[in-house]
Amino acid sequence: MQKSILIIILFLAQIPSISGQESKMVPIKEGTFVPLYGATAKKPVNVKSFYIDVYPVTNGEYLSFLKKNPSFSKSKIKGIYADKSYLSYWKSDFDFGNVNPKSPVANVSWFAAKKYCECQGKRLPTMDEWEYVAMADEKKIDARTKAEFNKYILSWYEKSKTYENSIGKTFKNYWGVYDMHGLVWEWTADFNSIFLSGESRKDKSSDKNLFCGAASVNATDLMDYAAFMRYAFRGSLKAQYSTRNLGFRCASTTKL
Amino acid sequence: MRKKHQIYSQLRIFFFATCIAMIASSCKKEASPTDYTKIITDGQMEAELTAPPKVPKPIGNRSAMKLKVNMEIKEQEGTMTDGVKYTYWTFGGSVPGSFIRTRVGDEVEFHLKNHPDNKLPHNIDLHAVTGPGGGATSSLVAPGHEKVFSFKVINPGLYVYHCATAPVGMHIANGMYGLILVEPEGGLPPVDREYYVMQGDFYTQGEYGAKGLQPFDMNKAVKETPDYVVFNGKAGSMTNGNELTAKVGETVRLFVGNGGPNLVSSFHVIGEIFDNVHVEGGTLINKNVQTTLIPAGGSAIVDFKVETPGNFIIVDHSIFRAFNKGALGILKVEGTENKSIYSGTIQEGIYLPEGGTIQNMPIAKTGKTAIPKRTVAEKIKIGKEIFGTTCFACHQSEGQGIPNAFPPLAKSDYLNADSKRAIKTILHGLSGEVTVNGKKFNSIMPAQNLSDDEIANVMTYIYNSWGNNKTEITPEMVKSQR
Repeated sequence: MQKSILIIILFLAQIPSISGQESKMVPIKEGTFVPLYGATAKKPVNVKSFYIDVYPVTNGEYLSFLKKNPSFSKSKIKGIYADKSYLSYWKSDFDFGNVNPKSPVANVSWFAAKKYCECQGKRLPTMDEWEYVAMADEKKIDARTKAEFNKYILSWYEKSKTYENSIGKTFKNYWGVYDMHGLVWEWTADFNSIFLSGESRKDKSSDKNLFCGAASVNATDLMDYAAFMRYAFRGSLKAQYSTRNLGFRCASTTKL
Repeated sequence: MRKKHQIYSQLRIFFFATCIAMIASSCKKEASPTDYTKIITDGQMEAELTAPPKVPKPIGNRSAMKLKVNMEIKEQEGTMTDGVKYTYWTFGGSVPGSFIRTRVGDEVEFHLKNHPDNKLPHNIDLHAVTGPGGGATSSLVAPGHEKVFSFKVINPGLYVYHCATAPVGMHIANGMYGLILVEPEGGLPPVDREYYVMQGDFYTQGEYGAKGLQPFDMNKAVKETPDYVVFNGKAGSMTNGNELTAKVGETVRLFVGNGGPNLVSSFHVIGEIFDNVHVEGGTLINKNVQTTLIPAGGSAIVDFKVETPGNFIIVDHSIFRAFNKGALGILKVEGTENKSIYSGTIQEGIYLPEGGTIQNMPIAKTGKTAIPKRTVAEKIKIGKEIFGTTCFACHQSEGQGIPNAFPPLAKSDYLNADSKRAIKTILHGLSGEVTVNGKKFNSIMPAQNLSDDEIANVMTYIYNSWGNNKTEITPEMVKSQR
């Protein structure tokens, strides 16, 4: 009985700390890894130490950003910065309606996400940084070869409307970061670098789309279906696009 | 010297090749023009799209047109079989995707729309397209967006389309495939019924029939060991009230595709022979075909006239898939029977390999051991066990027999009238016509290899069961009839 009371007290004590730490960041140590795409001659990529948001940006947080930067509100944003689906589920410029304020903000363009992070004195994580953090499960820095880990990520594709869930409900990974998988897709600074520029792949054609067997040509791990889907998703995007399953979080090179 | 000779022979080959080409091209000129790239379109219309098993109206005599196709991609939960859910990725909300019907020379303006609630980007590779990726290079579309591209269909035939976004196998395994028909000028010959049937293999984490929402199993897909092989996206898509239908005398055409992703189909309709098969969905027509092979990412057009009524089972004749994995549908044909084509059962009899005479089982050596005296109750108990192993397969558990085949033992006038005759029947067998309870039976009962004691027991059991006259049979009575 005493034990359970103690647990309840501990649990209650956790709640305010979570809500107060939405934009909290954690340090990520420098390291190397071989990404699915983009590594020259399949050599490891070095990721310098950096800081990343523990959670994706929520509707509540985005609302306070818009109040300070009304030019990014639904009706004011310039067409070249966001297409028509920008914040399409919001009721009006400063009202996200019945949507859970603790759920991740989605239907945000790359330009808007970038602006948001800049206003916090942060930036969007690079694709390599994001992938580096996302390959960790609860215990390991690189869990990509674990069948269970892959199954968990793939199962998200079959669950509908996960964007309605609150942040922080998926697992806490090795770095202390939540929601890298199982909530929404996330923008990265250089989301389109793999397929849009020929520079990162001097050797091969500049085909920007992943289709049919061609997708396997430059990939490093043909069994990493979860990563294939992330790269394919990013490849389908343009910076002014926004979709209901796409949110973002911020990063920083230095401690804030 | 050698070089010169080589050049000479090359020239000679070139000369002959030119001659052959000239002959071939002169032949071509005599046939109808086959350069469909030059057909000029006339007018514009929105393409009719249909979910399986329906197909759009035939093109008939219409000229080539600009055809607008609006195809929406939806990721949605559906039913694989009773109690089993699966998240399908669909072209147009069905598996297989909407059927597209064009004629050769049409210019198709394709609008590919990815529903905003979808999680993934998709594209489309239509095998009817001549161009890089079959359209896939131009059609990668993010959720909540639309891509438009156009193509001219220049080869008549039945073609598969599918999503080709990485990882391509997973997109196909989740149901992203369908058929696009390119009819020749003037259309395919008219038939009475047309249906759309497409096979696919599915890979779930649970085994066949495991309940609940079943996620896709990547490892099973890579190993090519599906849990489900089905027509039109689910087990039972064409059974239990969803049968394809036709009337006797009608001609039925099936547009058959195989989405795969892995398996090749041995497509067969039980009890029918395909009159015509457009082999691999192309122009070559084969006639009188029992089973046609449909590769993954391939098709066939089959037609046949239905002459007799009944249920015709559509299967992948790689038959465990039909029996255990769901690859089974039904074509229900109604109308009057045609006995000259199919008679139905004319006669039902017993088949005995020994030539139809009474079987002689090896006779056991009996009578050496003393037979104990038994009470009626003991005899009934032992007799019941013997009945259960020796008699009941034919005469059935309650002695009711099987109409027209095996006479009843329950309330049996034949049995109760003459116990000696009954004993002889077991000892020596019986063949020829007998009348039991007013019904005639004409079959054969073989002699039974049982001891006097065993026969006494089982007959006492029979006589004391199911309303019979409670005669008690003794081993001595049996012995006297041997």
